[in-house]
Amino acid sequence: MATHEKIGTKRLVVGAHYGSFDFLVQRMTAIILAVYSVLFLVCALFTSINYESWKGFFTFTFFGLPMGQISASLAFFSLAWHAWVGVRDIWMDYVKPAGLRVALHVLTVLWLIGSVLFFANIVWSL
Amino acid sequence: MSDSTSKPRREFRNLDLELIAVKYRLPTAGKVSILHRISGAILFLSLPIILIPLFAASVGSPESFAALGSGFGGFLLKLVLLVLLWGFMHHLCAGIRFLTLDLHIGMDKESSSKSAKIVLGASIALTLIFAIKLFGAM
Repeated sequence: MATHEKIGTKRLVVGAHYGSFDFLVQRMTAIILAVYSVLFLVCALFTSINYESWKGFFTFTFFGLPMGQISASLAFFSLAWHAWVGVRDIWMDYVKPAGLRVALHVLTVLWLIGSVLFFANIVWSL
Repeated sequence: MSDSTSKPRREFRNLDLELIAVKYRLPTAGKVSILHRISGAILFLSLPIILIPLFAASVGSPESFAALGSGFGGFLLKLVLLVLLWGFMHHLCAGIRFLTLDLHIGMDKESSSKSAKIVLGASIALTLIFAIKLFGAM
């Protein structure tokens, strides 16, 4: 391997399967979100929705643990990571100028971190 | 042979949005794929400006929960929610299809075309079912 194909001494410029990690993250978070969504939809379909039952999806406890909040937080964290990989793919496909693409990546990260904090603040103050 | 020399086949190079949306007839699986991307982008954009504020109102208090569906604002909200609900259902159904394709299930042309049609139909059906359920509670 010629030295000019590396960044520093270790990192390869291409062909080192850096995309595999994102590929796997996209699938793992997708599975978490699919399981949470299907459970949520099945519960929603077979209960009558009112304020108490709706709030109960996010506040139920299991052996004293706040599982409603924990599962919602896990799902939302998966959602943010899943959205990061997907939205970054969109920018990489359609936005070619490097400066603009980096700016959009930064905005995407801020958008998602803001969403996570916003959501966590609501769920954990119930 | 004379046909191909007198009338050259149309070439589709450098697929852009206009070509995909207007000129090029996308197979059903292709429609599911681009709609997966579009619905994902819509959900991403609506997350902190529509979905989380709505979530905050829905769990905030019985009064803010009850106020969501009332009045003209409630009608507009239902229209927006209908679009977002479809986006979510399509993204979920298409996502499950992509996960099964990752496992090399239903990879041949006939079954992948069939599963793409099922995704389009199922996401609309699920949207209607849950819209009725949701709007009944609003």
